[in-house]
Amino acid sequence: MHFKKEFNFVKMSKTAFIFSIVLTIAGIISLAAFGLNYSVDFRAGSNVDVKLSKNVTIAEVQPLLDEMGIGKDASITPGDKRMNIRFTTELSSNQADQLKTEIQKLDKTASFEINTVDPEMAKELGRNAIYSVLLSCIGIIIYVSIRFEWRFAVAAIIALLHDAFIVVAIFSIFRLEVSQTFIVAVLTIIGYSINDTIVIFDRIRENMRFGKQKTREDLTNLLNHSVNQMLMRSLYTAFTVFIAAFFLFLFAGESIKMFSLAMCIGLVFGAYSSIFIASPLWLFLKFKQKPKGKAVKPSKA
Amino acid sequence: MKKRIATFIIVVLVAVGIMAWSTPGLLKSVRLGLDLKGGFEILYEATPLEKGQAVTQESLTRTAQSLEKRANALGTSEPEVTTEGTNRIRVKIAGVTNEAEVREKMKEPASLTFRSAYGCKAPAENAQPKDKYCKVELVGSDFVENGASVGYDQLNRPVIDIKVKDKKKFAEVTKRLVGQNLAIFLDDTMLSDPTVQSELTDGKAQITGNYTLDEAKQLSDTINLGALPLKLTEKYSQSVGATLGKQSLEKTLQAGIIASIVILIFMIAMYRLPGVIASFGLIVHTWLLILVFVWANFTLTLPGIAAFILGVGMAVDANIITNERIREEIRNGRSVMSAVKAGNKSSLRTILDSNITTIIVGTVMYAFGQGSVKGFALILIIEIVLSILTNVYFTHYLLSLLVKAGLLKKTKQFGVKESEINAL
Repeated sequence: MHFKKEFNFVKMSKTAFIFSIVLTIAGIISLAAFGLNYSVDFRAGSNVDVKLSKNVTIAEVQPLLDEMGIGKDASITPGDKRMNIRFTTELSSNQADQLKTEIQKLDKTASFEINTVDPEMAKELGRNAIYSVLLSCIGIIIYVSIRFEWRFAVAAIIALLHDAFIVVAIFSIFRLEVSQTFIVAVLTIIGYSINDTIVIFDRIRENMRFGKQKTREDLTNLLNHSVNQMLMRSLYTAFTVFIAAFFLFLFAGESIKMFSLAMCIGLVFGAYSSIFIASPLWLFLKFKQKPKGKAVKPSKA
Repeated sequence: MKKRIATFIIVVLVAVGIMAWSTPGLLKSVRLGLDLKGGFEILYEATPLEKGQAVTQESLTRTAQSLEKRANALGTSEPEVTTEGTNRIRVKIAGVTNEAEVREKMKEPASLTFRSAYGCKAPAENAQPKDKYCKVELVGSDFVENGASVGYDQLNRPVIDIKVKDKKKFAEVTKRLVGQNLAIFLDDTMLSDPTVQSELTDGKAQITGNYTLDEAKQLSDTINLGALPLKLTEKYSQSVGATLGKQSLEKTLQAGIIASIVILIFMIAMYRLPGVIASFGLIVHTWLLILVFVWANFTLTLPGIAAFILGVGMAVDANIITNERIREEIRNGRSVMSAVKAGNKSSLRTILDSNITTIIVGTVMYAFGQGSVKGFALILIIEIVLSILTNVYFTHYLLSLLVKAGLLKKTKQFGVKESEINAL
């Protein structure tokens, strides 16, 4: 595939900016009002996943839990040949054992996954994730500023924070569960997003060497041309990585389903932001520099 | 020209041969994490046994070693015990059937103490031994680790010999308690409360009782295992049933295989012969990754497989960038030969810059992450490095061989129509 016609991405980016801003505001509101639907990774308590050979109803399990005295703290979500029970308190290993024995009375072949987390640990997980994002940003700013220029770094950082935030926002709006693997997904999205953006920036950098861009129009044309040149690559790569994440979402184990979903959403936004957010932002920053003339060094940043 | 075709064929055949020969063995030796084969993981936080003491790196390491010994003694296979940060120990035990028992023993280390009634209030009638002997004279860390052994007394009854690290301290305690009882406790259970006959200066003590040989052995084992330098509390635990783990593995592998096939078909459909080479590069890439896994003895976990599959998707990017670049050069009117040369060269810089930024993110994740985050980051970094080797250098090399051999000379073979070429 090869497009003869060149798209005017700079023009389209205005709509994209409005879309992103609206989504971001919706995300902020949702986060402020409802927060995130944290899994036990972030909340103290225990999570029990049971794989069964037949379907077991809440009515069968609830009395067992009540009998053990842990019924009040439990919320049961049955699924197709599986069941999830979440406790707001930590199960002791004796209780966990007792629970296993009781459920195995209902279904002999039941297989369990039990996670227990201390609230302190959970807080630490979240804190580390935020540190990771901030530190990654600093690393990227340094590297991109050395290899490119600071404007590229700033534009790329805004785009990647946008991608990470949109995924968090969508998970908040749709009440999807946020676990430890979600952090991994967001961090990977950041890695992918920056990767995708840099490839486009690399082309802009290359094209800038060929000619002197004197006017705003020159710069706009340069940007449009560069993005168009990289368009097929952006689409193909986003498609292949999306395929990988999408099949994981469809078929892979329960515990990485949400991870794959976050990846799928993040990949789409990662490709989108490289074209419609990062590139126009760089142009915007570059415009600010231009009127001063090329004789003035852009030192006061 | 023929020489190059021969080189190409030899390189491909050798690579295919090595991969076909080694893959089944490699796949078998990949170590699976407990989320894929069942087992449990516990994160302990260590605190000093006595207040005021600090958790040192040394004591943490020694505790980890004792835990590993303990896990081994309980008959588990390949327990994985690692220290984390300044005061954490992560224990992973896969494929355990008597989980409850193992966990109980791991969690509640038997702690040996010598106690006396020195300075205690007069005990009430029928007082429990642990109330009677209120003063702890010696704690687990005062005893030589693995110093307990079974011996026999004069009447040939089994006894347990233990050694104290600090002879002077033991001498002081025994001197002070001459004529009084020095009770030996395992946790809160009193084993015996012999009367101190005289000051003991050789740092040796004996636990007597009416033990059978088996009981004595068991007790000495417990004491040896119990001499942990630090106190442990469970902070996080995960336990996965074997069936559930196997199901996760199968499903995730299935997802990976389907995704890989779709990606390979896409590459070949899009880029024809160069696409075939790119696909070949991807297969070599995956094989190398498995090889690194086995050699470095990494444990494959579920997030690891996710990183693995995702990495394949991202590795394709290198091929796409190269091939799109070659197409572009052809459209700009370059000959196939010079387009491939220029395409390989300029795409290398692009790929390096974009991948290095991803490595930066991966490194931060590795440094700050815990558990599964760490594993994921490690695989991501290894994959990117391998991807640069295989999907950049190796495929570029194969592609140039084919072009130089004259097998790739029409622009159509790169999916570029004559009409798209701009005459310069």
